[in-house]
Amino acid sequence: MTVLEQPGSHRPSPPPAWRPRTDPAPLLPDAEPYRLLGTGAELDPELLGALYRQVVKGRRYNRQATALTRQGRLAVYPSSTGQEACEVAAAMVLRERDWLFPSYRDTLAAVARGMDPAEALGLLRGDWHTGYDPYEHRVAPLSTPLATHLPHAVGLAHAARLKGDDVVALAMVGDGGTSEGDFHEALNFAAVWKTPTVFLVQNNGFAISVPLAKQTAAPSLAHKAVGYGVPGRLVDGNDAAAVHRVLSEAVDRARAGGGPTLVEAVTYRIDAHTNADDATRYRGDDEVAAWLEHDPVTLLERELADRGLLDDAMRDGARDEAEEMAARLRDRMNEDPVLDPMGLFDHVYAEKTAQLREQAAQLRAELEAENGDHGDHGDHDGQAKGDGR
Amino acid sequence: MTTATTDRSGATATTRKPATMAQALTRAMRDAMAQDPTVHVLGEDVGVLGGVFRITDGLTKEFGEDRCTDTPLAEAGILGTAVGMAMYGLRPVVEMQFDAFAYPAFEQLLSHVAKMRNRTRGKMPLPITIRVPYGGGIGGVEHHSDSSEAYYMATPGLHVVTPATVADAYGLLRAAIASDDPVVFLEPKRLYWSKADWSPEEPQAVAPIGRAEVRRRGTSATLITYGPSVPVCLEAAEAAREEGWDVEVVDLRSLVPFDDETVCASVRRTGRAVVVHEASAFGGPGGEIAARITERCFHYLQAPVLRVAGFDIPYPPPMLERRHLPGVDRVLDAVARLQWESEWTERPEAFEGGTR
Repeated sequence: MTVLEQPGSHRPSPPPAWRPRTDPAPLLPDAEPYRLLGTGAELDPELLGALYRQVVKGRRYNRQATALTRQGRLAVYPSSTGQEACEVAAAMVLRERDWLFPSYRDTLAAVARGMDPAEALGLLRGDWHTGYDPYEHRVAPLSTPLATHLPHAVGLAHAARLKGDDVVALAMVGDGGTSEGDFHEALNFAAVWKTPTVFLVQNNGFAISVPLAKQTAAPSLAHKAVGYGVPGRLVDGNDAAAVHRVLSEAVDRARAGGGPTLVEAVTYRIDAHTNADDATRYRGDDEVAAWLEHDPVTLLERELADRGLLDDAMRDGARDEAEEMAARLRDRMNEDPVLDPMGLFDHVYAEKTAQLREQAAQLRAELEAENGDHGDHGDHDGQAKGDGR
Repeated sequence: MTTATTDRSGATATTRKPATMAQALTRAMRDAMAQDPTVHVLGEDVGVLGGVFRITDGLTKEFGEDRCTDTPLAEAGILGTAVGMAMYGLRPVVEMQFDAFAYPAFEQLLSHVAKMRNRTRGKMPLPITIRVPYGGGIGGVEHHSDSSEAYYMATPGLHVVTPATVADAYGLLRAAIASDDPVVFLEPKRLYWSKADWSPEEPQAVAPIGRAEVRRRGTSATLITYGPSVPVCLEAAEAAREEGWDVEVVDLRSLVPFDDETVCASVRRTGRAVVVHEASAFGGPGGEIAARITERCFHYLQAPVLRVAGFDIPYPPPMLERRHLPGVDRVLDAVARLQWESEWTERPEAFEGGTR
């Protein structure tokens, strides 16, 4: 070889580890949120009808729960009005053996999964935390700390796969939650271990009052997936058919061993953060009005009407079903819950410690002094063991 | 089983090749994994390397990567995924590598691990063992020598245990892994290489969580201690004999649940108590223990309950840790102060600043 060396060419080429190890292109989300409604795409009429009934019921549930806060029957309610398409689709794409990991705003997803609406509201009512058996419908406790339940979804999916079960875990988180460290750690673990986990980010525009632009500088939240080696999907969160399609694909992929997917559903929180929040301080009516034009219920109705599928029977059927659910919920919530104070000492540990037994005796004495007769507080001295799994 | 001798006294018994606490811990995990296929070990470096202290040595080789798993470097992620694994019926044993490295996992620990059984009214117990090598005395640089037990103790829902002997290292870790509740298992890292006449080849006993052990009988004062300070107190007790003091040493073994019974029985016998630990005094375990003794044994006490603890400072540089850690002299000094009953009543200033 007689080629003259160029200046600097004596530098050896970098070691292989310097080069990108995965082509990021297939992981990148689309530039625009994925849509199906109003695009003329081929859609299963039966699925459209089912989505419609669920979304109508979901809207009624949100309205009823909000009303219950005004009546003092619920301590607090973080409404998912405007986000019903995400909530119901998340529940509908899962099989019975799959798991749902909701955040505090996702009671509707738990209800759409089959949970009793009143039971799903136990925490928000001020009743015993969680209030439901997570194993009954395979719904993890509503997580109030942000994104901390995402690693749980990863661990559960990992454990299921180790046991040879084809279980998928779908975890829901908001746009604010994507700033938390646990979001990062969960995505990273899921990607490295290729666990069957689907992450659904409902980007509803605000983390309480902080808008997305102040939350992240990422091109989109779906783009965050790429850094972990996970495919990111961007979907119109108010388009129930699109959310259902994208989540179904992610769930199928996870079940087939393809690993996790991060789905960002772009949606909007029509109500305030909770009933205790004043949304007018941080956003204008015009913005809300624009999103109302893009309401998930309206989008489905328009689609069904365009296809000649929306008749009075369907409309009334959905409405009646929703009213019936709301009436049942009202009845259940109007009953005063009875909490036995002696239950405070149950379930801290499998067996009460000597210290807890002492404190239980103290409370029992206080109750007896108050009531004259303490009544039957049941047997709280035995082992309080849940079957667990 | 072999006798529950202390590491120091155990070294004198020489019928077999002595075993280290590190070996006993490894053996405990190995036995638990062999016996129960749901036991999984996970953490940073626990696989091929066998842990930075080699406590998980050989587990991946024997049980495969699925049972002893190297995780990404993320403590919240390690504990968070362990929560999910436990939800699905596994018994994760996680390693936090060093005391201060566990802090990123505190939210998982406090908000979820400690509360899940309670939140779900007993439906979702989390049988997770969290192994935390803790404490100083090994010349570790910053963030490698914290004694964080007060944080764990202050969190209802967690068991907190710490062995001081080779036999207890095995027995308590087996009990922790078998427990249906989360257990913070604090490993006194400066005792990792302490030895005892303990044979890993023989069947070993499980040590019950929640029970203290009297390591040395005595009549004139009780030293209440745990973990790395147990050998210090035993040495101090021997030295006190020369002064005519017969000192009892109680090894708590379990900080939560706390064994009031053993502690109070001892203090009522001796009438004098000193609590000894490496963690800072202010807001530390000693304050809680002293309060419990005062509430229960006030009329038996001949002197105030004293504390010998680490100073109220961030853990010092290794070149000065000897000045910080409670040693034999400081314990003896406290024992000596216990006998000045008349001075305590007549000259309270003799005790000023003198809690250690």
